[in-house]
Amino acid sequence: MALYSEKVMDHFRNPRNVGTIENADGVGEVGNSVCGDIMKIYLKIEDDTIADVKFETFGCGSAIASSSMASEMIKGKKVSEALTLTNKAVAEALDGLPAHKMHCSVLAEEAIKAALKDYYDKNGISYEESLFAEKE
Amino acid sequence: MIYADNAATTKLSRSAIDAMLPYMEELYGNPSSLYSFGQRAKEVLEDARARIAACLNAEPREIFFTSGGSESDNQAILSMARFGEKRGKKHIVSTAFEHHAVLHTLEKLKKEGFEITLLDVHANGVVTPEQVRNAIREDTCLVTVMFANNEIGTIQPIAEIGAVCREKGVPFHTDAVQAAGHLPIDVKAQKIDLLSLSAHKFHGPKGIGVLFARKGIVLEPIVCGGAQERGKRAGTENVPSIVGMTVALEEACASMDENAKNLTVLRDRLIDGLDNIPYAELNGDRIKRLPGNVNFCFEGIEGESLLLLLDDKGICASSGSACTSGSLDPSHVLLAIGRVHDVAHGSLRLTLGEETTEEEVDEMIGAVKEVVTYLRNMSPFWRDLTEGKRKHIFEE
Repeated sequence: MALYSEKVMDHFRNPRNVGTIENADGVGEVGNSVCGDIMKIYLKIEDDTIADVKFETFGCGSAIASSSMASEMIKGKKVSEALTLTNKAVAEALDGLPAHKMHCSVLAEEAIKAALKDYYDKNGISYEESLFAEKE
Repeated sequence: MIYADNAATTKLSRSAIDAMLPYMEELYGNPSSLYSFGQRAKEVLEDARARIAACLNAEPREIFFTSGGSESDNQAILSMARFGEKRGKKHIVSTAFEHHAVLHTLEKLKKEGFEITLLDVHANGVVTPEQVRNAIREDTCLVTVMFANNEIGTIQPIAEIGAVCREKGVPFHTDAVQAAGHLPIDVKAQKIDLLSLSAHKFHGPKGIGVLFARKGIVLEPIVCGGAQERGKRAGTENVPSIVGMTVALEEACASMDENAKNLTVLRDRLIDGLDNIPYAELNGDRIKRLPGNVNFCFEGIEGESLLLLLDDKGICASSGSACTSGSLDPSHVLLAIGRVHDVAHGSLRLTLGEETTEEEVDEMIGAVKEVVTYLRNMSPFWRDLTEGKRKHIFEE
């Protein structure tokens, strides 16, 4: 049995939305190099909608695949919708991740939330702190 | 496919397969049986023991067949610990970068109240005999230092350490799993008391190995049952595998010099090629290393994605990144030589074998360069390094 699903390998081999956005409306970075995973998400937001999304990831195969899948899942979505994206949904969309790789999908969710929080902060939009509470 | 993971396992030699087949197809008797069909297997077993002993300059009665390197390591260490314990000696000297078969056995003993001294292996991955001398105490019951490291391939001064231990009267065990069949072993000249080896690292079958224990060393069985292996290792002997291992070891020892010469040329070509990649560094001493071992750290990337992309190019390699180790920490070997976590995650081990060609080496250099560049280009960590937001760890 292969380590990863076909979907994971597809997103790892051909990651969607790799890159950066100049003057992004929201940027979120999570993880650290000591743990071996860093994800950075860039958002372009127009009319409360995610017009464009790019990512950069330092990490293993499932980290790259999770960023790619998550970026696809929020592109074109309303900000409020993007905020409801869960790591579980990302993992399911990838046809599952090995148990010890689930944290990669958590990082993807957190990176998107961090970018949206940055967007809110930059634009003085108020929000409930609990919205960005850290996940266990 | 380019197979560059010979430290993980090797291709079974053709002559070993041929030698094994009769003991699976026709001569399947149990060496413990009384009738001549069984006794024929017993003769083959004892012939193998003598031939293995000859490869190591040991006596046949000092050779015990086991299931492989891990079992041999476990039995060697536990035996000396039990022996020492009875005499009030509960201190063991080892190194920080041993194989887990050694380290986890030592951890188990630590929980039982043993004191363990793990020697620093320095930035080059080599311990010194002086360190061993200074670490030995009145209550030291064992020194265990690996012959050559499985990840970074560094060769330890075994004969010198053996001399120190003999002088101090402390039993000396070496995990020679990576060395057997690749480096000259002479248990008498090198003053080794216990030695572990595993057949599948030198083109023998998997699941079979040897524990050498010098005459006078008291072994404690860890597999209890029948009286096989003079009561030190129960279980019907794996005759076909023992025969395969014997043929493979003789073959490896007969062509050792020639293999080492050829492999060293290829290894150095690969090291030079990968050294051209900016912000990359070889792990472990460049000279005191196994002829086929290459191990690098690359800044800004993670090892598992590197391996997956190399696999797509048909290259079998390994890494010490946390993601490939199944734990949160990268390889304890890389941490032991002082690599920080940030770069230890980006490690790559390529271990060449007798079938590796120069063309394959060049193909690997090209593929690694391409994949490292690709991954760096999508790495925010690499961006920070290139934009000066983080300090480089290596020189360009």
